[in-house]
Amino acid sequence: MIHLVWLVPFLPLLGFLINGLGRRYLSKSLTGVIGSGSVVAAFVISLLIFFEVRTPGFTPQVVTLFDFISVGSLHIPFAFQVDQLSALFLLIITGVGSLIHIYSTSYMHEESNEGFARYFAYLNLFVFSMLILVLGANYVMMFIGWEGVGLCSYLLIGFWFKNINYNKAANKAFIMNRIGDLGFLLGIFLLIQQFGSVTFTEVFAQVPGVGSGSAVLFAIAMLLFIGAMGKSAQIPLYTWLPDAMAGPTPVSALIHAATMVTAGIYMVARSNVIYSMAPHIQAIIAIIGLATALLAASIALKQNDIKKVLAYSTVSQLGYMFLALGVGAYTAAVFHVMTHAFFKALLFLGSGSVIHAMGGEQDIRKMGGLKKWMPVTNITFLIGCLAIAGIPGLSGFFSKDEILAHTFGYNKIMYALALLGALMTAFYMFRLYYITFSGKFRGTHEQEHHLHESPAAITLPLIVLAVLSVIGGYVGMPEVFGVPHFLAEYLSPIFAPSAPYLHAHHLSHALEWGLMGLSTALVIVMIVWARGKFSNYQDAGTENTGIAKVLENKWYVDELYDAVIVKPLMALSGFFQNIVEKAGIDTVVNGVGRGVKWGSGRARLLQNGQVGFYIFAMVIGMVVLLVISLFL
Amino acid sequence: MLTVLLILIPLITGLVTFGLKGQGAKVFSLLSSFASLVVAIVAWQQFSAAPESLQFSQSWIPQLGSQFNVGLDGMGTMLCLLTAISFPLIFITVYNREYDRPGAFYGLMLLSQAGLIGVFTAYDALLFYVFWELALIPVYFLCSMWGGERAVPVTFKFFVYTFAGSLLMLVGIIYIYFQTPDHSFSWTAFTSLQISAQEQSWLFWLFFVAFAIKMPVFPFHTWQPDTYEQSPTPVTMVLSGIMVKMGLFGVIRWLLPVLPQGAYMWQEVAIVLSVIGIIYASCIAIMQSDFKRLIAYSSIAHIGLMSAAIFVNNEQSMQGVQVQMFNHGINIIGLWIVVEVIQNRLRIKDMREMGGIAAYAPKLAIVLVVVSLANIALPLTNGFIGEFLMFSGLFQYNPWFAAVACVAIILAAVYMLNMLQKVIFGEANTLTASTADLKTGELLAAAAIIAVIFFLGVYPKPLLELVQSTTAIVNATAWVK
Repeated sequence: MIHLVWLVPFLPLLGFLINGLGRRYLSKSLTGVIGSGSVVAAFVISLLIFFEVRTPGFTPQVVTLFDFISVGSLHIPFAFQVDQLSALFLLIITGVGSLIHIYSTSYMHEESNEGFARYFAYLNLFVFSMLILVLGANYVMMFIGWEGVGLCSYLLIGFWFKNINYNKAANKAFIMNRIGDLGFLLGIFLLIQQFGSVTFTEVFAQVPGVGSGSAVLFAIAMLLFIGAMGKSAQIPLYTWLPDAMAGPTPVSALIHAATMVTAGIYMVARSNVIYSMAPHIQAIIAIIGLATALLAASIALKQNDIKKVLAYSTVSQLGYMFLALGVGAYTAAVFHVMTHAFFKALLFLGSGSVIHAMGGEQDIRKMGGLKKWMPVTNITFLIGCLAIAGIPGLSGFFSKDEILAHTFGYNKIMYALALLGALMTAFYMFRLYYITFSGKFRGTHEQEHHLHESPAAITLPLIVLAVLSVIGGYVGMPEVFGVPHFLAEYLSPIFAPSAPYLHAHHLSHALEWGLMGLSTALVIVMIVWARGKFSNYQDAGTENTGIAKVLENKWYVDELYDAVIVKPLMALSGFFQNIVEKAGIDTVVNGVGRGVKWGSGRARLLQNGQVGFYIFAMVIGMVVLLVISLFL
Repeated sequence: MLTVLLILIPLITGLVTFGLKGQGAKVFSLLSSFASLVVAIVAWQQFSAAPESLQFSQSWIPQLGSQFNVGLDGMGTMLCLLTAISFPLIFITVYNREYDRPGAFYGLMLLSQAGLIGVFTAYDALLFYVFWELALIPVYFLCSMWGGERAVPVTFKFFVYTFAGSLLMLVGIIYIYFQTPDHSFSWTAFTSLQISAQEQSWLFWLFFVAFAIKMPVFPFHTWQPDTYEQSPTPVTMVLSGIMVKMGLFGVIRWLLPVLPQGAYMWQEVAIVLSVIGIIYASCIAIMQSDFKRLIAYSSIAHIGLMSAAIFVNNEQSMQGVQVQMFNHGINIIGLWIVVEVIQNRLRIKDMREMGGIAAYAPKLAIVLVVVSLANIALPLTNGFIGEFLMFSGLFQYNPWFAAVACVAIILAAVYMLNMLQKVIFGEANTLTASTADLKTGELLAAAAIIAVIFFLGVYPKPLLELVQSTTAIVNATAWVK
């Protein structure tokens, strides 16, 4: 099966081509079948590959399609690498991707035929790029997927292209990602310079020879991480992600929550040897991850747009994943990628169901009491909230607990802060839940009249994701339960090379139980508090003041970037354009030009039309030549 | 013989075209350009089979020791292909347009093609110089007679600028000619000559300035935005797609092999100027509201990178720059097609008056998006491979220069995406709502360009292999220190 791995990305690419080229001729149902079918088929193949990878004695396999770039000793093949890590990501991408494609057939049904096909074409192209990203056997292949998903994100954020604000959000996403890509590219160049290769197996084999703590490894690790900061929306490159919510909601679920934004985590997990040998960079990653987790969680406390809350929540959860990577808990990071894909996709799709029922309204202050009309959406959304809050028994509990436990072993203060973030998460999620689904309906009568549960194409994916959000965590239960950690065992070949460089912090069982009990108790307190505060929410309409206002305005970071980066860049460009170019260089050039004109004006006087003068000049010339030839 | 045929076809048909009127000139020149394309493809095949068969030498001005010595190496073949592909694309695109005095217009276009092919094939310095001028002179006429309202002063500036550069080069050529033992202009004589380091040092500038103006490299670039803006679009396509490659070509074919020590001495200066140009032009591109000037500055930024890569002169940078010479030509012609269509339909080039075109001319919008993405070097488009290799080569030379130059990938995204937003996205106004989509000829040309963009983006191997031999020759000069 593994030699057919190229089919996995190829099928969505085919879907993209058919829907893209045939967008004028295909009916909506056919478009939907092609778009969803190609991803479902890719999922089936991924499943078969996964089972093959799981068989004992499996060794990573590289499938080379053709020579992509070959210059001198540098060979960059167009090749896929199938191993435990890529196989797991294949499942997440095509699995969640399939559900979201099916969901979209209903959600996007009001688009025109052409718009509908364009949407599915972009979505298929995204899946293709994401699969290239995780399947690539070298950093350039990863970069191809990396920029490809950025492009699809750009196209889908700006999907409704007549709205200029959506375009601006799309541009912002692409440009911020490119800042990260600059780091990624320089990292690749350094890899080429250092190792003469970008192929994973060749690079990782040479890394231990460089020696732990070498400056080159630090530089490579940092540069690649800059790429990860852009793609996975970490401080300081996170502000594009909340704006990216301009895109259709299923896009937010797939690209801006479940898959693309986890590419940075994938990259660091893939390069774990490099990072394990660059402990200072790991510390930076842990700090940035934690800071992002807290900052985004604090902003989420005061947002009133249902998708914005979820967007900041995503940024915050990504922060937790980087925290995990930073403390060396690679398995925990990948585990959280997986569970987060389930419950965050669920929450986004649930919010889409709500927005659909509300006729496009996204402000939760104008919702309320929706559980009466939307029972399935309500119960699945609640499951999602419980999972992300970390209630024992649900998937989010296990993955988050693992991150917190490792953080405790790494640094106690960071643990306390991470726990604080987890509490904020529980609070803002249940604030969102209660304001939306409890209390009285606060919208217009017309909206109330139209409230309805969504059709099966929408509720079915919700139910599947809700089930996964519940059971998805049992593949990675903590040691104290006495059950094997299946995921850790499965991924162990990937992270084995890092083991010699990491310091394992083993917690006693009593301490582990204690930490679990503490976080659970506090999370329940938070939920009860949120319930008391928001279950009968009335919009008082008062303006926020003080810290609440700062949070509502997202710490004014956008304004800060505008003042520190955008305005100076524009000023510099204006200076180049008006002063250096026009007043400087061009004036000099034109001055020279005028000089030539003036000179030729004088020279023209020589041609005065008098034959006598010409003869005179000729004779003088001949004399001069004669003198030269005689004496020189 | 094929090489000579490549020059003769446009030269003879060009002269004939002067005598034709109306449709005749148009059809005849289109046929001529297709004939050249066929010959160029045959020559390409021949190059991989028996490269020496493409050399041709004939006594020309024996008194001066100048031979009509032409031939094709990897880079020459690549550039002849680019030229031979570009002209049919240009003629197809403007097939429905009517130009005054079409006989003269198309005749001059073909003469300039002949000159270009001559430049890319000449292995004799005097011949090279003659073709260099032959390629330029038709363009002066085309710009000034068919150009915009400021065409005459702008062309005058262009003329003085480039002509001054050419003269410096001529002085350099003649000086070296007198150094050769048997007074020869041939490339072999020039490259095997031992010129003292001191002489190389100042000779370098004679050639460098000539080529730097043509490319153009900062700060010799100010003729370019004006000329691109004022020229009729087909001429701008020739200028930006092919003619700027003359400067790059000149450095690779003549400057580096003939003056290796001079190039080594001034390597850092040339690279710094080029890198400054990349960032400087990118920043200015952000400020442009005129579509044509935006592309002009974007092109200056791209050329800056190519120029830097040439002077770095390692294997990756040299492979990258040659690949990019081809792809830059294809992509920028793609951009000009869009400009031409918009100007033809709406008579505007100020992007602030545009917007919302995507809803009314979806094909045009798709073409612009694809070409723009290739222009910002998105992977799997043809723009990526060259830029990747050039940046990587520059990085191996000096990581800090590469880091600065690489900022251009962000700036390019800024100005290209802003352009897309202003031109095709947003709500349409009353003018842009009337935009008619691509017509057959325009569509054919654009489709061909998109096909090349993706084919070479996914599978650049044929191009990389084609230029490999030239890279080996030029890289070898880098060791003569």
